[in-house]
Amino acid sequence: MDFIQDWGLTAMVFAPLAGVALMMLFPKDADETHKLVAMGASLVSAAFGIAVFADFDFDNTGTLQFVKSTGWIDVINARYDIGIDGLSVPLIALTLLITPLVIIYSWNHFPEPHNPKAFLALILVLHTGMLGTFVAQDLILFFVFFEVVLLPMYFMIGVWGGPERQYASIKFFLYTLFGSALMILSFLALFFLTGGETFNMVELANQVQSMDIARGTQILVFGGMFMGFGIKVPMFPFHTWLPDAHTQAPTQGSVILAAVLLKLGTYGFIRVALPILPEGAEAWAPWIGLLAVIGIIYGALGCLAQTDMKRLIAFSSVAHMGYVMLGIATLTDFGLNAAVFGMVAHGLITGMLFFVAGSLKERYHTLEIKRLGGLLLSAPRMGWILGLCTMASLGLPGLAGFWGEFPAILAAYQPKEGLPVELFRGYMVVAAIGTVLAAGYLLWLYQRTAFGTVSEEFEDDENITDVQMPEWIAWTPLLILILVLGVYPNLIFKITDGSIVNVAQSIAAATGN
Amino acid sequence: MDDVMLNQFLLLSAILFSTGVYGVLAKKNAILVLMSIELILNAVNINLVAFGAHNGTIVGSVFALFVIAVAAAEVGVGLAIVLLIYRNRRSVDLDDVAQMKG
Amino acid sequence: MFAAETVEAGFFLEHAYLIPLIMAASFGLTLAIGKRLGKHASWIGIASIGACFLFAIVANVQWADYVHDTEHAAEAKSDTDDHGSEDTSDDGHGDEDESNSEDESHGDDEEHSIGPVLPDDVGPTVDGETAAARAPPVEAAAPAVPAAEGEEIEIVPITKTWTWWTNGTVEFEAGMLLDGMAVMMLFVVTLISLLVHIFSTDYVAGDRRYTHYFAFLSLFSASMLGFVMAQNTLQLITMWELVGVCSFALIGHWWEEKPNSDAALKAFLTNRVGDVGLLVGMITLFFAAGQTFDIIEINTLANEGAITHTALVVASCCLIAAVMSKSGQFMLHTWLPDAMAGPTPVSALIHAATMVVAGVFMVARMYGVFWNGLVIGGSSINFLAVVGGVTVLGGAGLAFVQSDIKKVLAYSTISQLGYMVMALGVGAWTAALFHLFTHAFFKAGLFLGAGSVAHSVHSFDMKKDMGGMKQFMPKTYVTFMICTGALIGIFPLAGFWSKDEILAGADQLGSGYSAFMVVGTLGAFMTAAYMTRLIYLTFFGEFRGGHHEADAVVSHGEEDHPVDEDHAADPLDHADHSDHHGEPHESGPRILIPLYILATLAVVAGFTNIPDSGVLSWVPEGLALQFEHLFEPRGGYFPSLSEVGPTGVTFAHPKFDIAIAIGSSLVGFAGIGLAYAWYFKGMGPHGITERSKIAKAGHTFLVEKYYLDHLYTGIIAGGVKGPIAKAVNWFNKKGLDGIVDGAGKSAVVGGKFVYNTLDQKIVDRAVDGSGLAAEGGGQAFRQMQTGKVQQYAAILFIASVVLAGTFIIVI
Repeated sequence: MDFIQDWGLTAMVFAPLAGVALMMLFPKDADETHKLVAMGASLVSAAFGIAVFADFDFDNTGTLQFVKSTGWIDVINARYDIGIDGLSVPLIALTLLITPLVIIYSWNHFPEPHNPKAFLALILVLHTGMLGTFVAQDLILFFVFFEVVLLPMYFMIGVWGGPERQYASIKFFLYTLFGSALMILSFLALFFLTGGETFNMVELANQVQSMDIARGTQILVFGGMFMGFGIKVPMFPFHTWLPDAHTQAPTQGSVILAAVLLKLGTYGFIRVALPILPEGAEAWAPWIGLLAVIGIIYGALGCLAQTDMKRLIAFSSVAHMGYVMLGIATLTDFGLNAAVFGMVAHGLITGMLFFVAGSLKERYHTLEIKRLGGLLLSAPRMGWILGLCTMASLGLPGLAGFWGEFPAILAAYQPKEGLPVELFRGYMVVAAIGTVLAAGYLLWLYQRTAFGTVSEEFEDDENITDVQMPEWIAWTPLLILILVLGVYPNLIFKITDGSIVNVAQSIAAATGN
Repeated sequence: MDDVMLNQFLLLSAILFSTGVYGVLAKKNAILVLMSIELILNAVNINLVAFGAHNGTIVGSVFALFVIAVAAAEVGVGLAIVLLIYRNRRSVDLDDVAQMKG
Repeated sequence: MFAAETVEAGFFLEHAYLIPLIMAASFGLTLAIGKRLGKHASWIGIASIGACFLFAIVANVQWADYVHDTEHAAEAKSDTDDHGSEDTSDDGHGDEDESNSEDESHGDDEEHSIGPVLPDDVGPTVDGETAAARAPPVEAAAPAVPAAEGEEIEIVPITKTWTWWTNGTVEFEAGMLLDGMAVMMLFVVTLISLLVHIFSTDYVAGDRRYTHYFAFLSLFSASMLGFVMAQNTLQLITMWELVGVCSFALIGHWWEEKPNSDAALKAFLTNRVGDVGLLVGMITLFFAAGQTFDIIEINTLANEGAITHTALVVASCCLIAAVMSKSGQFMLHTWLPDAMAGPTPVSALIHAATMVVAGVFMVARMYGVFWNGLVIGGSSINFLAVVGGVTVLGGAGLAFVQSDIKKVLAYSTISQLGYMVMALGVGAWTAALFHLFTHAFFKAGLFLGAGSVAHSVHSFDMKKDMGGMKQFMPKTYVTFMICTGALIGIFPLAGFWSKDEILAGADQLGSGYSAFMVVGTLGAFMTAAYMTRLIYLTFFGEFRGGHHEADAVVSHGEEDHPVDEDHAADPLDHADHSDHHGEPHESGPRILIPLYILATLAVVAGFTNIPDSGVLSWVPEGLALQFEHLFEPRGGYFPSLSEVGPTGVTFAHPKFDIAIAIGSSLVGFAGIGLAYAWYFKGMGPHGITERSKIAKAGHTFLVEKYYLDHLYTGIIAGGVKGPIAKAVNWFNKKGLDGIVDGAGKSAVVGGKFVYNTLDQKIVDRAVDGSGLAAEGGGQAFRQMQTGKVQQYAAILFIASVVLAGTFIIVI
């Protein structure tokens, strides 16, 4: 087990890259081999992940475990510091789950221009980037992994995307890069402000506290991180890359984007921004809350106006991530727990919705809501799955979505001491109203796609089949998780609680309330 | 070997060399050009051997042997090229072979 | 208050949480293998709900035991008070309870020996959570003073909890909270659900989604049963939403037609609007009560005055919004008539007997909060009563202009729910729940009766397709008449007792509250009148139906189906009944038996709470007010009968008042009489709506349902979906995206400037110049390369000559 203790995480993170290297050895047209290698690599990664989790001390989720620290770039004191705690575990698990499922789903569903080798290689590189972000404990390492995911996604959208893929991919790339630039600026500022000794997150947090960095400086530095993470989340008004990217991306890209990539931003807030800069966080919290609730309402209204199913789902992400950000803005353990749950739930649910949308697109060759209809007649199982996902997405208790939404609204009633209570209660009411709108656009979508009769256009279309085997395999785990987490949310709350309480307490302690 | 003898050999060498240079520059037939190159090389050989004998060493003769060997190889390759050119173009006229024109 | 903790509850009480689990399993099972079972799929549901029904009956009996035991124990305790806490009288019946299960229902409870048991192996001890621990310490310390109303003995609810989720130091639990009202609801829900299951096997036979239908009935039953047993408000919210989803799925059961799915959407969305109130209210209570969702704790704290009045007021007002949507109170009631698009048994179960009373139940459940928050019984008239009162009249008014039999009943339901809410608003808690209890039976009976009629004539339109049904369906007719009598409140049917108790409750508070007595009486009048109209149009007069062909499309409710081979979905027109198109006929036993049972209950249910005061003082004590006695909570979590609460009022039970009873009965008969004269005899100014502008305006106002639908669907929903959403989308595209694209474009413009001006014209010139020079030189030198080897050799030769010459000269 020593190997797992020392190298388990590293192996998990880099196993997909090894897979990519292996794939390079085979010629381009060996499709089956590439599929198997990619699948194998993601499974090996997952196996290492499981081994790590098996060894993980679930009674002590507040402390970093599996810590590994070796020199990396000595000139700037950046080290290869990795480790996981209760905050990273659910997200790593989510990533480890999603990628193999995406690969399974791809089995017969490669989007044009096909080329499985490149496509799968990109997915694996993405996988490494995402996992790396969740285990990194050093800011530079974090940044590197954070950026690693950018390029594969850019190519995925730009090469395998829809008709307007170029616009979408460049927008996505530049937007995120812009945020990253400000983020790295903040990281460097932190580094130099604390004497240029370390990039380690924990040590930085301690140093910021002990050196008593001025509040104004903290606010500024936090601002940089806010842009970096906020764009990734994406928060209103930095969300406009999202609908385009989602709409144009291939199904697999959308799923990964929705399920994991968006979480990098919110994870960054909880992992990096809040603990290191508590005072900055406190100053920004009301504004984050404001943008969050605007996002909730705005995203919902945006959804109501959409005519394309995929774009509607994409827009709903803006609203859902609004709940996550509202939870973060409260700076309480309630809110942060809700945020982490919200991330996982959104990953599962919206990931599923994109899967379904992709499969519909494949069958109907359009996602224009007007032309769909009667899905329950032509493909009843698919209709049921879509129904379950819409219900989960609108926050029905008993399904996963509720536990991201409700505690966030709950937390807004009583934010961290020192934050304007009345303001946050106002946010709470607005967020609660958001649930009505969410129900509105999702049910409206469901009514127009699943209910009713099949339009003449598709009446005798043999292309429209019910759920196929790869789809079943890829979807079943997600559906089960949506249900199980909804019924017994403690599966996640129990894990995250330890580290979340630490974060909340450190913020409370640092801001003197 | 005294100086008079040496001068005679050098004279012979100069004649041979000039004949060779003329042949290289003026003849159109590739084979004649090759033969002229041989003449130039042999002129050099005569020089080498003559100077060697004059100085009482065998270094000149050794060099000459090297040159002869190289010349044999050169002729082999050269004739092969000429043969190929002939096969392709049915001609060994050097004016026809001007692909390298810029 | 002493002995309660030492009384053992029966096995079926303690494990009542199994009931919803059984139904949830039934849901899963029906979905999983229902398709394979074909038309036998319903048996899973029926077996499950039947088992649950038996379970519930036994639980009820055991609850009666439990209450009696507690009381006896308390008496014994107060007798032997000097002995201190070591009461050790033996009690064997606890084990007995566990051993005898269903047989228990026969045996009467009276014969059990009584007395407290030793506390160490006491009943409600589960997972370290004892019922005793739930009992508030303050109350427990107070002595049990036998009050004027009868001894106030605390009946400790039976609880059982499991950890659900954790957050920091706060642990949230899920569990079961069984007290009188929950036990009573278990009975009502399981019974009606069972009858509806049986009824449905005939009614929706041949439906293409037969299994889905029964699966959702199961899920609904599970959620509703979970709802009534919810231990905390979070669970309450969960189940509240789940019943909403089942309602959505069942209203939209025939979703091929857009009106049906529209109705389903409307129901769900309207309820969501109310849910905002539910969420905000419950969250307010959560923090006000010191971070707990525990219902008993919240109520207890509210009763003790430990929660600020402001918080209670805010919470109650928010929760009332939820009640308004779920229980169809005026302003948010509009979804309920539309919900009649669902299959009729569903309307009976969900939209009459059970789900729509969830709001009433919630208020009753959180009564400590409402009682103290709204100062019920105080001097000023409270919001809850006003909402209820307005609904009583508003709903009844609309019932007059409907031609769809189910819609009349739907508005009637709204009106009756108004009674319940009003009763809660005037402090008549028991009356409200009692009315809920009786109403469940006779309204379910009416809906199923309407279903039976519609099953026969293939329509719900009274004016077009019914009339004279009495001769075709005598059995349905009789049950329908009994249930109607109960609804109108004719002595001695069930509705009489419950409605009368509400009126008495409104009356006894005096001051402004008397107005609600008037409202209630007026409501009774209107109820009598519109039900007479319904009876007339349906069962009397000439039969107007039978004129439409098999595949005619009629315009209401579930009859909206074009009947063709592809649409086996139509329950009223499946193969078995295709021969019935001409003549209406009496329904089969699977439809009639539930009707008989419900009609019987509509007769006898009222006697469960027969009063023993006033002219009825002769009623023996063991018989009178059993409902109140068994089901009304007694304890710190309920407003106290004896002690003055924070609001300065004590809870009181209404007294039977013969004047009110006779008065309301007379008003009811007046309503019947007037409607009889108008409809049966054709007396009165018929056609006044054509002649008088005012009457016409009033009629139109009613027909247009007070224009509320226009406001909601047209203006609000249409506005949000249309212009507002479009504006946001426009803003997103032109505004935000504009900025982004603008930034991109200006960057491109800047780039072009840099490129065209700086780069191309200045920097490049220099570069270009050198390039040109190089090119010229190249052109010149290029001539030298002729490709002729001999020329090269010549040049080489000349060059070497020159070099050699230079060499010689230099040296």
